[in-house]
Amino acid sequence: MSHQPVKFYQTGTFTVGNRLLTPESRTVQASEARANALNSGHRACQGCGEALGARYAIDAAMRAANGRLIAANATGCLEVFSTPYPESSWQIPWIHSLFGNAAAVATGIAAALKVRGEAQTRVIAQGGDGGTTDIGFGCLSGMFERNDDVLYICYDNEAYMNTGVQRSSATPPSARTATTPAQGAQPGNTFGQGKNVPLIAMAHGIPYVATATVAELHDLEAKVERAMAIRGARYIHILVPCPLGWGAASQDTIRLARLAKESGLFPVFEAEFGEVTSVSKIRRHVPVDDYLKPQRRFSHLFGPQADPQTVAHLQRLADRNIRRFGLLADGDAPERVPVPEQADERHAAPA
Amino acid sequence: MFQIRIHGRGGQGVVSAAEMLSIAAFKEGRHAQAFPSFGSERTGAPVVAFCRYDNAPIRLREPVMEPDALIIQDPTLLHQVDVFQGLRRDGFVLINSSRSLAGLGLAELFSRYRADRMLTVPASDLALKHLKRPLPNAALLGGFAAMSGEVTLASVESAIRAKFAGAVADGNVAAAAAAYDVVQRERTELSHA
Amino acid sequence: MLEQIEGSRAVAQSVALCRPEVVCAYPISPQTHIVEALSELVKTGRLAPCEFINVESEFAAMSVAIGASAAGARAYTATASQGLLFMAEAIFNASGLGLPIVMTVANRAIGAPINIWNDHTDSMSQRDCGWIQIFAETNQEAGDLHLQAFRLGEELSLPVMVCMDGFILTHAYERVDLPSQAQVDAFLPRYEPRQVLDPAEPVTIGAMVGPEAFMEVRYLAHAKQMQALERIPEIAAEFRAVFGREAGGLVRSYRTEGAETVVVALGSVLGTLKDTVDELRDAGMAVGVLGVTTFRPFPAAAVREALQGARRVVVLEKSLAIGTGGIVAANIKTALAGLPAAIHTVVAGLGGRAITRASLARTLHAAVDGTLEALSFMDLDWGLVNRHLERERARRRSGPVAEALLRDVGTVAARVS
Repeated sequence: MSHQPVKFYQTGTFTVGNRLLTPESRTVQASEARANALNSGHRACQGCGEALGARYAIDAAMRAANGRLIAANATGCLEVFSTPYPESSWQIPWIHSLFGNAAAVATGIAAALKVRGEAQTRVIAQGGDGGTTDIGFGCLSGMFERNDDVLYICYDNEAYMNTGVQRSSATPPSARTATTPAQGAQPGNTFGQGKNVPLIAMAHGIPYVATATVAELHDLEAKVERAMAIRGARYIHILVPCPLGWGAASQDTIRLARLAKESGLFPVFEAEFGEVTSVSKIRRHVPVDDYLKPQRRFSHLFGPQADPQTVAHLQRLADRNIRRFGLLADGDAPERVPVPEQADERHAAPA
Repeated sequence: MFQIRIHGRGGQGVVSAAEMLSIAAFKEGRHAQAFPSFGSERTGAPVVAFCRYDNAPIRLREPVMEPDALIIQDPTLLHQVDVFQGLRRDGFVLINSSRSLAGLGLAELFSRYRADRMLTVPASDLALKHLKRPLPNAALLGGFAAMSGEVTLASVESAIRAKFAGAVADGNVAAAAAAYDVVQRERTELSHA
Repeated sequence: MLEQIEGSRAVAQSVALCRPEVVCAYPISPQTHIVEALSELVKTGRLAPCEFINVESEFAAMSVAIGASAAGARAYTATASQGLLFMAEAIFNASGLGLPIVMTVANRAIGAPINIWNDHTDSMSQRDCGWIQIFAETNQEAGDLHLQAFRLGEELSLPVMVCMDGFILTHAYERVDLPSQAQVDAFLPRYEPRQVLDPAEPVTIGAMVGPEAFMEVRYLAHAKQMQALERIPEIAAEFRAVFGREAGGLVRSYRTEGAETVVVALGSVLGTLKDTVDELRDAGMAVGVLGVTTFRPFPAAAVREALQGARRVVVLEKSLAIGTGGIVAANIKTALAGLPAAIHTVVAGLGGRAITRASLARTLHAAVDGTLEALSFMDLDWGLVNRHLERERARRRSGPVAEALLRDVGTVAARVS
């Protein structure tokens, strides 16, 4: 890979490695020697969480793999904004096949490397929530079940963003999307069962599962590094706010990712072989309102037509996560929440 | 070209029988073809398999419509399926049964076909004895060899060993040889009758 | 070496001799015996080094093959019918990306209604996806075509579909001559990819292409298939030189010299046709057969040359374009544009209905007598059809079509053929 001067774009934020730390403790991003696998010049929106997450994750993976990495990318924002013909932002070998098959393509690449005795080259499959939790679910499960030597990274911005913000099975309840408009008796996304892919990955018993956000760079890089030290099927689920789709200010991306964690709505944890091994505790617990209010996709819950009941429902979901994962330091756990409360509400007669 | 049609029920090794017969013919230097009348696999359902062989390469792919020989692995089919459809006048018929043809209610066949080419052999019983399982297919092939002289018992044995191994092969070979003897005796009796 | 084995096994062993590095498989009748045999060869170490991957769907099978091929490995899979459709998106992706995957399609009908028996609907449904499509007449040819497929595909960077009639070929035991490893190695060199995912030389594969270049990219795919028209006969000739027998090529004529009437067909039915034509020739009919071995790219020039002198052409096909008629026939008609020959489409054998010498002879007599329609359906039971149409006229709730017909047909299991 040819040498190129690394440009630091971020200043005055928490993201780019802490220069007060010793060099060994700094992040990959803090280093001029980072791979910069997702090079500048891509067409992502200002404030795109996915571009950030991908750069963080892949550079960390490249360091762990000594620069020998191949990526299979699902169709989606990342694929589209990183490869506008005739240019490509990728400085690593990279293939985009289809929307639903990133995991399977990665399986094939890993098999080819194995047959040729090139096991030191590692394989990453990556996609958005649409390509992972919906259309790519079958292939993902197959890869998990076979324990193929692939690290799958899901960049979750909670909707089909590239096609115009349509609802996916990762879209949170009550969120407005183009196919769950904030209109009618039940505005926004329905309160379904949700599809917790990290938990599903754990149910497959694979060697490593982790969730992370773009708000905590050290944590994300450490998780990628840990994953890369393991062989077999691994899954990392990264929350990546989308300013456009979420209706948030482009400078709020990292702040929102942090609030998602601090409210309890997005638990950050690690698991191995189906058991949770570590939990990233909430440092400053906030009510879900603090997280929801800066996003226009939830604006119908506030203001003149406020819906405190739905907000309370979301709060209960957050509280359930806190209880379930032990997200608060001992003693701060909220009251036990009856389960399953959603079922009761779904079958309740209309008022 | 010689064409054989084998009737039986799913699970009785009808398709294997046709395949082994084709291997036997191959071992004797002939071109041979074997294929089932294709159905989803279902134990107990009627199954038909075909085998044809010739000294010249075989190009034909249609089902055997005018068999030179019929092997009926399951006599319960006799009054359910028209197994004799298309049988040539001088065709061979070998039925898996401990009863005689008359005992099976097929005496009238003698008027339409050649009596000296229609025999029964208790193949399931022989298989039970030698193989410990009532799978009559290999035994019937031994019987067919004796009845028609179209293939030798040695070729049948070789074909069995191409498909099966160890004790299963030994059992099938023994059953085939036993059926061969039974049919040889029946033929001798018939020719002296 | 001569062996009497099942067609599927002949294919599996031929594929194994080609040294595939990644084999991925999802089972579907009637391809199952092929992938089972390959899994056995890999498990016992007779095919090594090779990764055999059991995938969770046909879509995954083709996707795994795409990844493997893009990473520089020789990749193979097999499917049929519904499975081919399930991977349709990935099939287009493979040809669009120029990945030389080889896939056996054990030709089978497509539902609804569900049917596991042979016809060419599956391959025909994907005829325009950019894959090379070649059809085997016998199990010997089926094995041989896979060798040629890897050779051709890798040379041109195009995927190749080897089509063989499901059950009729896959499940038939017949004599095959399996080549030696040394012979195959001499014929099929190591895979040298035009593009490969390699950290030492990173490339981006699969970028989006907009209106500014899409037409050119698609034209190049077409141009590559046109190149195949040249290479296919050359490769067949090389094959003949190494292995001493005919296999592959664009088309194959049988007794077409002086034939007023020529029957055109694909696949295993050609065998039955040749026997029929021999009998008819003995009886004085001037009839011949043209087998189309390569269907995509469509060998228009070769077809035209072979059918130059025919007065009438009977296209016998195991496929039907609902709403219009023959599929192969449409391609033949284009190739023969301007020539005076009358072209008849005979749709036969759909869903595994047997094609017999008797019916073929009847059809050819009708063609010669001038009573054969432009589009006809061999051995169609018009009584069944008309009774159902009457049922539909009589009441609105006429029920599912398939079930109504089956009830009318009665017990199938009791039938002999």
